[in-house]
Amino acid sequence: MIGNQTGKPVNRVDGRLKVTGGAKYAAEFTAPNMAYGFVVNSKIAKGKIKSIDTSKALALDGVLEVFTHENRPGYVWGDKNYQDKDSPPGSPFRPLYDNEVQFSMQPIALVVAETYELARYGAILVEVEYENYSFDTDFEKNIKQAYIPEKYKSSKPPEPWGNPDEALANAAVKIEAEYSHPSEHHNPIEMHASLAIWEEGGKLTVYDKIQGVQNSQQYIANAFGMQQEDVHVISPFVGGAFGSGLRPQYQLFLAVLAARELKRPVKVVLTRQQMFSFGHRPKTVQKFALGADTDGKLKAVQHDAFGETSKFEDYSENVVIWPGVLYNCDNVKVSHKLVALDVYTPLDMRAPGGTTGIYGLECAIDELAYKAGVDPLEFRKMNYSEKDQNEGKPFSSKELRECYRQGAEKFGWEKRSLEPRSMKEGHNLIGWGFAQGAWEATQKQAAAKAVLTTDGKLTVSCATADIGTGTYTVMSQIAAETVGLPLEDVTFKLGDSSLPKSPLQGGSWTVSSVGSAVKLVCDKVREKLLQLAQQVANSPLANATLDDVNIEDGKISLKNDPAKAVTIKEALVQSQGKSIEENVSSEPVEGQQKYSPYAHSATFVEVKVDEDLGTVKVTRVVSAIAGGRIINPKTARSQILGGVVWGIGAAMEEETVMDNNLGRFMNHDLDKYHVPVNADVHDIEVIFVEEKDDHVNPLGAKGLGEIGIVSVAPAIANAIFHATGKRVRELPITLDKLL
Amino acid sequence: MGNNSVTSPPKSSVKLHINGEQKELQLAPWTSLLDALREHLNLTGTKKGCDHGQCGACTVLVDGKRINSCLTLAVMQQDKEITTIEGLAKDGELHPVQQAFIDHDAFQCGYCTPGQICSVIGLVNEGKAKSLDDIRDLMSGNVCRCGAYVNIVKVVQEALERSESK
Repeated sequence: MIGNQTGKPVNRVDGRLKVTGGAKYAAEFTAPNMAYGFVVNSKIAKGKIKSIDTSKALALDGVLEVFTHENRPGYVWGDKNYQDKDSPPGSPFRPLYDNEVQFSMQPIALVVAETYELARYGAILVEVEYENYSFDTDFEKNIKQAYIPEKYKSSKPPEPWGNPDEALANAAVKIEAEYSHPSEHHNPIEMHASLAIWEEGGKLTVYDKIQGVQNSQQYIANAFGMQQEDVHVISPFVGGAFGSGLRPQYQLFLAVLAARELKRPVKVVLTRQQMFSFGHRPKTVQKFALGADTDGKLKAVQHDAFGETSKFEDYSENVVIWPGVLYNCDNVKVSHKLVALDVYTPLDMRAPGGTTGIYGLECAIDELAYKAGVDPLEFRKMNYSEKDQNEGKPFSSKELRECYRQGAEKFGWEKRSLEPRSMKEGHNLIGWGFAQGAWEATQKQAAAKAVLTTDGKLTVSCATADIGTGTYTVMSQIAAETVGLPLEDVTFKLGDSSLPKSPLQGGSWTVSSVGSAVKLVCDKVREKLLQLAQQVANSPLANATLDDVNIEDGKISLKNDPAKAVTIKEALVQSQGKSIEENVSSEPVEGQQKYSPYAHSATFVEVKVDEDLGTVKVTRVVSAIAGGRIINPKTARSQILGGVVWGIGAAMEEETVMDNNLGRFMNHDLDKYHVPVNADVHDIEVIFVEEKDDHVNPLGAKGLGEIGIVSVAPAIANAIFHATGKRVRELPITLDKLL
Repeated sequence: MGNNSVTSPPKSSVKLHINGEQKELQLAPWTSLLDALREHLNLTGTKKGCDHGQCGACTVLVDGKRINSCLTLAVMQQDKEITTIEGLAKDGELHPVQQAFIDHDAFQCGYCTPGQICSVIGLVNEGKAKSLDDIRDLMSGNVCRCGAYVNIVKVVQEALERSESK
């Protein structure tokens, strides 16, 4: 659907700021008399700090203070006060609370100095004596103690249906398989940073890297016993986050603490190494037992997941809901248990649960299709789900079949031979793999404000974020189209806690939630505009209703007689110098709960595997997406491209390796934690299929931040099987596993 | 070490020629060029992504060559012509590579972008990239976690065509 603004591939409205260095990220703000904080992290995984000697650091000229558990001020220390909007059930980590060490690289001191270099130098002069306790960081060893949490952070796994045990026993074709992926870290290129500015009268201004300024605001207010209105959090640009900014991280707490004590602005920026000291995608093992009949009809699914969590919070994700969403099957049972380790609590990372569960499921289904001798794409068509079996509800829309059709055609799937190792090019084995995916299209409550000034300029605002997803741009497009103004007359403001209430930016719900609020508030402006236009002397619109008029390009005209028009500026003269100002709070649309809203994907992958060396190149990816209405095809395509690159990373490269002797992640930098670089990425084609959805939200848009990644890693793994005949069931698929 | 007498290095005058302007700073010798730009000159367009030469976000041009500004000290770069992202647009008009980044949507969050842009300009100056694979290899020192590589490659191809037609 193409409106006069939405549906167009317009350039990012913040593009110029980003290519000129004008976009300011958290660490780039400054304040007079600003001091620098540098964090000292624990060298042990578990134990007690016996002594911490800060005298050498303090003796350094220019070091202002070293904060530790011994001298930290007594604010509010009840653990409930440290919960934030994305906290899992449990007791959140409290920086500098006491002498206990709960995980390796736990922050244990903050050195504050006049310059960054001095603070960094001071940090290495802090001497710590520890008492070591034994610790559990070995996932495999601790899987035997896996448990069902009292409360899931994610949805509770669905109850079984049908008779899965009997159906499995009787199935003509069966597979059993165990899939796993390691811990992974988000690694946005901007490191987490906070600048806290303590002001006269007990007020605080904070520049923070966060996916929701109001989350930081609430966290600081609770943890420091302040009034929410005294805490102002600002974050106009976020240099990537991918979930790492959903929870306030410890540099925020430490910067505020230091600024409050020293009564001067303090900036704390984490190092790349310290980016491995908080949340990560949890290592997860999944066990599958699948059964089908000889024609390839799916008869039974058993899916059991074991996910990593910390000893102090029960983190879980929606890993096992996917059989009920993606397949039509009469007999299903699933479970999700947690393995608690002495690590920091895992944290939502791009498509949490989906990236994990769909990877395992789509590889296991590929195995079953092969066992049944059915083309993997054909197998999906035969077992297509027309409703969400977890919820027993129809989908709000589902054009996945069209994704299959257009994706297969673009990729050339019909030229594929079924047999593994049957396609070759010189010394390269060629493999073609397929996987499908889904991601929930949620709408959350959100508020927005619109101000149309008499010069015809519109400003719309909401305290959401733009983590690179294009929020500034698409919200401006929605507002411009709704009010009928050219894009350049619209400004969208975000990243400021004083703006109208927003949910966190995550879960692919920003366009759905904030976009719907923007549309609603702009509809109200539109109503007001028509009323003003009707007050113009001899108004040709005097008897018109909103349905009778078009508002576009700065003009309000009759649909059936466009010559009869009043310009927006003429109408605004009637307001006698007053701006039109509207505020709304938008709730999920009525009737939505009757449907199950999901975006869908179909991913086709070609790999070339060097037969002698085991090296793998992902040479071609076609990603076909059913994501509802696409507000901006240009930024939308970029989101899917990014998801595909993340899928390549997960399949081929990404792994944070735990050293179980030290209880510490070993590869904590970008040299040894590999993310895809330019040379790892080849042809990627993105297709958006037409999908109309009247139920999901007033915009009909489903959100795209996560649907792009979910089916990529399994499609690559399946392509590698097709190329080599070898099933590698453990990510990442590095060459040692292929040789 | 056994005693408490630790000291920090003294500051001295450092002259840097940046974006056509002469700047004089009082810096300790341990200040990297990157920190001098970001913390002392408020030229925050140059980004810090790892401080270890592993991500390329801090790429700037020194005498037309691309370098990681986190891997060099400010005192080592005196008497050289340093160009940062803030120095590329002339009289409000974007450098063609900057414009191409916008047109091809070759970024999302924008954090690696200044480094990518300087790197593209440096790559064109080097004259080594002859094929698509060359471009991908020679741009692999600049990590883009948002995954805009396909679009970045298009920008480079265009920039190379422009330089050949000159």
